[in-house]
Amino acid sequence: MSKPTGNPINDGLLKIAGEKNIETIWDRFELQEPHCGFGTLGLCCKICNLGPCRIDPFGEGPQKGACGADADVISARNLARSAAAGAACHSDHGRDLAMTLLELARGKAKDYSIKDPVKLRNLAVEFGIKIDNKNDLKIAEELGEAILKEFGKQEGELTFVKRAPKKQLDTWRRLNAVPRGMDIEIVQAMSRTHIGCDNEYRHLIELAIKTSLADGWGGSMVATELSDILFGSPRPIRAEANLGVLKEDEVNVLVHGHEPTLSDIIVSASQDKEIIELAKKAGAKGINLSGICCTAAEVLMRHGIPMAGNFLQQEIAIITGAVEAMIVDIQCIMPSLPEIAKSFHTKLISTSPKARFKGMDHIEFNEKDALGIAKKILRIAIENYKNRDASKVNIPKEKMTLIAGFTMENIFYNLGGSFRKSYRPLNDAIISGRIRGVAGVVGCDNPKNQSGLCHADMVKHLIKNDVLVVQTGCSAGACAKAGLLTPESAFRFAGEGLKEICETVGIPPVLHAGSCVDNTRILTACCEMVKEGGLGSSIDELPVAGAAPEWMSEKAIAIGWYFVASGIFVVIGTPLRVLGSKAVADYICNDIEPVVGGKWAFEEDPIKAADLMIAHIDKKREALKLKPLICVTP
Amino acid sequence: MSKIIASAAIRGAKEIYGQAEEFLSKAIKEKGEKCEVKFPDTAFYFPMAYALLAKEVKNLSEAKEVLIFSKGLLHDEPAEKIWLPYLGDTLDSGVAALLCEEIIMALRYLYGQEPQKDCNGFFSDTILRTLGIQLVDGRMPGFAAILGAAPDNQTAVYIVRELQKRSIMTFVGSNVKGRSIIDQLLEEKVEMGWDTYIVPYGRDTLSAIYPLNWAIRGALTFGGHKKGEALKCLKYCLNRVFAFGMVLGELDDIKYATGAGAINMGFPVIADTDIPEIKPSGICTYEHVVKELDHKKIVSRAIEVRGIKLKITEIPIPVPYSPAFEGERVRREQMYAQFGGKYSDAFEYVKMTEPGMIEDGKIEVIGPELDDIKEGGSLPLGIVVQVAGRKMQKDFEPILERQIHSFLNEAMGVFHMGQRDMCWTRISKDAKNKDFKLRHFGVILHARMHDVFSAIADKVQITIYTKQEDVEREVKDAQKAYEERDIRVSGMTDDSVDLFWTCTLCQSFAPNHVCIIKPERIGLCGAYNWLDAKASNELNPSGPNQPVKKGQCLDPVKGEWSGVNEAVIQKSNRTIERFCGYSIIDSPETSCGCFECIVAILPEANGFMVVNREYSGMTPAGMGFSTLAGTIGGGQQTPGFMGIGRLYITSKKFIAAEGGLKRVAWMPKELKDALADKIKKRGEELGEPDLLNKIADETVATSAEELLPYLEKVGHPALKMEGVM
Repeated sequence: MSKPTGNPINDGLLKIAGEKNIETIWDRFELQEPHCGFGTLGLCCKICNLGPCRIDPFGEGPQKGACGADADVISARNLARSAAAGAACHSDHGRDLAMTLLELARGKAKDYSIKDPVKLRNLAVEFGIKIDNKNDLKIAEELGEAILKEFGKQEGELTFVKRAPKKQLDTWRRLNAVPRGMDIEIVQAMSRTHIGCDNEYRHLIELAIKTSLADGWGGSMVATELSDILFGSPRPIRAEANLGVLKEDEVNVLVHGHEPTLSDIIVSASQDKEIIELAKKAGAKGINLSGICCTAAEVLMRHGIPMAGNFLQQEIAIITGAVEAMIVDIQCIMPSLPEIAKSFHTKLISTSPKARFKGMDHIEFNEKDALGIAKKILRIAIENYKNRDASKVNIPKEKMTLIAGFTMENIFYNLGGSFRKSYRPLNDAIISGRIRGVAGVVGCDNPKNQSGLCHADMVKHLIKNDVLVVQTGCSAGACAKAGLLTPESAFRFAGEGLKEICETVGIPPVLHAGSCVDNTRILTACCEMVKEGGLGSSIDELPVAGAAPEWMSEKAIAIGWYFVASGIFVVIGTPLRVLGSKAVADYICNDIEPVVGGKWAFEEDPIKAADLMIAHIDKKREALKLKPLICVTP
Repeated sequence: MSKIIASAAIRGAKEIYGQAEEFLSKAIKEKGEKCEVKFPDTAFYFPMAYALLAKEVKNLSEAKEVLIFSKGLLHDEPAEKIWLPYLGDTLDSGVAALLCEEIIMALRYLYGQEPQKDCNGFFSDTILRTLGIQLVDGRMPGFAAILGAAPDNQTAVYIVRELQKRSIMTFVGSNVKGRSIIDQLLEEKVEMGWDTYIVPYGRDTLSAIYPLNWAIRGALTFGGHKKGEALKCLKYCLNRVFAFGMVLGELDDIKYATGAGAINMGFPVIADTDIPEIKPSGICTYEHVVKELDHKKIVSRAIEVRGIKLKITEIPIPVPYSPAFEGERVRREQMYAQFGGKYSDAFEYVKMTEPGMIEDGKIEVIGPELDDIKEGGSLPLGIVVQVAGRKMQKDFEPILERQIHSFLNEAMGVFHMGQRDMCWTRISKDAKNKDFKLRHFGVILHARMHDVFSAIADKVQITIYTKQEDVEREVKDAQKAYEERDIRVSGMTDDSVDLFWTCTLCQSFAPNHVCIIKPERIGLCGAYNWLDAKASNELNPSGPNQPVKKGQCLDPVKGEWSGVNEAVIQKSNRTIERFCGYSIIDSPETSCGCFECIVAILPEANGFMVVNREYSGMTPAGMGFSTLAGTIGGGQQTPGFMGIGRLYITSKKFIAAEGGLKRVAWMPKELKDALADKIKKRGEELGEPDLLNKIADETVATSAEELLPYLEKVGHPALKMEGVM
C-alpha cells in the first residue's frame, strides 16, 4: 500500500487497492522518486538530436548543450513549449465549442440550442456583428464564423483583449505581446523553440507570455463564453461533492475530462423518462450522474450535478466498485484507468476523436447525433448494472454540500439585484477595508502535495485574513470537500470583515467559478472591478493575487502565465522547472513585475504561500492608499 | 444577521403582492379592465412603474401588467442551511413591494379610500416642483420617512422636533399594532403640514410608497432621466435625494419589504429596536440597515448613516443669532468696544488653503481679548478665515469674504460695516455682559461658512489677530490678494467673465429649455447663480451645468453673444437659435416651468409687470400667476413674457434692452416689500429715486383700467419712454 495521502477517504480506498494489488498514481509516483534533478531544474534539453543534453547545475560539468544553448536558453525554451502545449489544449477546447455553435446554427446539431440568447447577442456585438432583425441561429452562425476566424487570424489583435483595461492593453502593446490569433501564437511558440532559433531567454519569456495571453484572452475565454451560450450561464446552485455522492442503488455514471459538449447532453439524457425506466427495469432506482475533474465543474455549475472527485480521485472512484460507466473525453485522463477497471465491472468509454486509450471502448462523439450517442452510452451503463459485485462495493460515506455557479456576470445581480446590479458593493468592501482583497486559488491536485489539503489550508488562511477567494477546477473541488464552499463556512473560518460581507450577500467566502477554462471568469471579473472604479486603472493595481498550490499540467503553466502577464501575482507550489537558470528564475520571479505588472513566486507551504499573497495584497492596498482593514484578525 | 432581513423582506413582498393581486382582480371584476386609474395631480402615471419600467399606467389592465412584472421579482426565502445568495433576491423583492404598493394605493384612490383622515395621501407634482428642487440642490438637507409609532408621545414629538430643527422634511405614518405616530403627534397638537416640514402620509405601511414615488419623480424631473431608465433614476435618488427611513417600534415583514425597496433607491433604514444590521456599503452610500436604541441619538445617527450634509443652524454663542439682527446698529452709548473704522487698523480676509494645512473648527485669538480692554476702547483686528475644500477655488475667496459682513451682523449686539481693510465693527455692552468674546466671531464664521458654502468648504479655520504688529504684517498679505482679485473678478459682472453656464436641469419636462446663467442674471428658478452653477459643474462635470464661452459680443445692449447662441442651438436640440440675455422682446430667454417670477408686457402701461409665484391674486395682465405660467412655460420663446429669478429684477442687466427696471409698472406688494431696499438703490442709479413708490401693486390696481390712472398720477417713468412694442 502507498504512503498515506493525507486524505482519509483516499487512504481507505487505497487500502483496498493495496489488498487487491491494484497500482494507483500514488504507487507509480513513489516509484518515480527521486525525480530527475536535471528535469526538475529545467536543465535537460531533448529538442534536437544533438542531444539529449543537460547542464550541470553545480557548475562542474557541462554548462552548455552541444549546440551551445546554456541553462538560460534551455529552461526558457522548455518553459515556452510547456505554455504553448497548455494554450493549445484550451484553444482546442474553445475551437470545439465554436464548431458546435456553428453546427447548431447550420441545423446540423439538433440536440443543442441557444440557452443564453442575451449573452449570444452581447458577444455578437463585441465581435462587430450587426444584430438587426436576425434570429438567434443566424447570429450564432455569424458569431461562430467570426470566432473560428480568431483562431486562424494572422494579424491584428484578438477581439477579447479589448476587454482588458486600457492601461493593461497598452502594456501588452508596448511589449508586442498582444496575440494576433490563437493558432499562430502556438505555432510560433513551437517554431521559435526549434534548435537554433530563438536563443535569448527574455525574448523566449515574451514568447511564453504572448502564447499564454492567446489562451487566457483567446481560447479559454472562447470556451467559457460559448459554453454559457450553448449550455446556459451558471447561476448560484446547490450541489454535493466527494465520493459519497455515488449511490448504492442507482446506476452510477461518471463523466470525466473537460469539454461540456457531450457531458451536458448526457445530463439531459439521464433525465429522459425512457432511460430512467430502463434503469429501473435493470433493478436500479435510477441513474446517478456525477463528475470528475473539470467536466464535473461544467455540469456542476450549470445543473448541480454532484462532483464525485477531482483529478487524483479518478482511479479510486473506480475502486469503489460502484461505477457502472466512466465516460471520458480529453485532458487529465490517466492512461492507467483500463488496468484498474479490470478488477471491477466498470465500463470505460472514450468519446473524443482526439483521445484514445488502450483497453477502453470507444464510442466516437459527434454533435450531429449527440443525444443518440449519450443515450447509447447510458444504455451500456444500465446494462452493466447487473454486473456490479456487491461484495466489491465500498462507497465512502463522506460527501459535502456546496454552493457553486458564480460568474463575472451574475455577481452583478447577486450584489445589487435586477435594478441596482453592480460591482460597487465588492469594490466598496475592499475600499472600506472589510475585504482585504481577492485571491484566485485554482489548479490541479498533485501527489507531490498532500492531496487536496494544500488547497484547503491555503484557502482557510486566506479567508481568515479577510481575503475573498475565487476558485476553479480541481482546487474548487478540494475546498468543496472541506466544506469551504458553504455559506456557513464564513462563520467558521472567515475574518470578521469578510464574514460581514458574506452575511450581507448570502455567499460563501469561497466562490466556485467553474472549470479551468473558466479562469477567464476571474480575468473578466477583475476587469469589472477596475471599471467600477476606486481600485486603480489596471488589473495590476488591484489588491488581488492568484495561486495554484498543487499544479501539475502544462495548462496550469499557460494559465499562470496569462495571469502574470495580466498583472497578477501568482504563487505556485512546486517551482516551475527553471531553477537551473538563476537568470530566468530571477527574471520571472522579480524583474518581470515592472514589465507586465505580475510575477511568479514558488512556495510549497500553503500557509507561507498564502502569506505571500496577503503581503502582496497589502502592498497593493497601500499603493492605492486604501483604508486599513476594519477588523484585524488577531 | 441579514438573512433574517432577507427572509422577512422576501415574505413581505409576497404578502404585498398577494394583496395587490386580490385588490386588482376585485377591481377588474367590478369595474372592468378598461377602468381608468390614476393618482391625483401627476403627469407621471404610477411614478415608480413609470420610472423603473417605462410603463404608463392609465387603466386597470395596464396596472395588471405591472403586477405581472412584479411577480417575476418575487423569490424563495433563503434556505435554513446552505442558502443561496440572497442580497439580489431581497433587493428585487423590495422593488416588487414598491410596485405592488403603488397599485394598491391607486386602487384605493379609485375606491375613494385615500387620502386617509388627517393625511396628505399621494404627493402631487406641484409639491414636487416647489419642494423637490430644494431637496435635490441641497437647500433642504434631506427627508425622513418615519414608520410606526414611538414608545410614547413625548418621544414622538422629540424626534420630529429634532428633525425639524435641522430642516429635514419629515413624512410620518404607518403604525405599530394599530398605533401610529400620526396620532401621537395629533394628540400632542403638533402642527403638521408642508409648512412645518411634518407631513403625514397614511397610517399603514403600504402608504409609505408616497414619499418614495415622490422621490423617484425627482430623478425624472430634476435629474433629466427618462422613463424606464431604472438604474439612472435609482442612482439619482442615491446621489441626490438624501432620504432615509426611520422605523419606530417593532418591524413586520411588510416594513422589511418596503425597506428593501427603499434601499434600492439608496435610502437606508434606521430602527429603534434590536434588529440585525447590514453595514457594508454599496447599494446605499454607507450602511443599509442600522439600529439606534437611544431616541436621543437616533436622529443624528440617521443623518450620519445617510451622509446628510447638515447646515449648522444653532451657533453656540452667548447672544441670539438671526437675520433679524442684521440691521441692528450699536450706537456709541451702547458700545463696549470697536475695531477698525477710524479707530484702529482692521481687515478681514478669506484665504484658500491646502486641506492638510488647517484644522476644521480651529479658532485662535492671538493677542488681547475683549475682556482685556476698557469700555469704549478699541483694538486692531485682523480676521483671517482659511478655507479648504476639494471644490474650493481661489475665485471663490471674495464671495465667501463678502459674506463676513452679514454673518457677523446677524449676531445680536454686533455691528459690522464695510469689507476688506476698510471694515468697522462694534460690540455692544449687552453682548459683553453676556460674555461675548472676539473668539465668537470665529465661532460664527466657522458655522456660517459651512452652512452657506457646504458644497465648497470642507474645512474652515479662523485666526483673529489683535496685536498691532501682527495686524500690520498680516494685512499686507491680504492687500496683495485684494489687488489681485480686483483685477480678476471686479465684483463679478457679466462683462468680467469669459464663461457663462448652461443649466438644463429641467429638460425632463421642458426638453428644449436651457438657462444661460450669468453673474448678473441668476437662473430663473432662483436656485442657481453663476457661482452655484460653477460649483455644480465642479461637483458633476458632465451634469446640467456646462460652461459656455461667450464668444463674440453681437449686441452689448441686448446681451447677445455668438458663443451663447451656439450653446443654445445645441442644448435646445436645435429649436432655439438666438438668445438675447437682456431683452424680453427680441429673442428672450426661454422658460421651463420653475421660474420664481414672471415678467409680462403691459402694452397699456408701455411697460411690464412682474408677478411672483406666491401671489395668488389677479394681475393687470388679466391672468393670475398660474394661468400666465401655463402659457409661457415649456421651453418656448414668448416675446413680451419671461420667467425669471427674483434677484434678476434688481440686476443692472434686467431687461436692459427695454430700459430696465424703469419699465416695471406693477408688482405684488409682497414682492415689492421684499426687494424694497434693492429697488430703491437701483432706482437711484437709474435717476428715479422714487421708483419704488411709483410701481403699482394690488392695493391700487389689479386691472389695466385701474393701473393707468395710478401711473399717470405718480408720473411713472415708463409712460415717458419710447414705445415698448
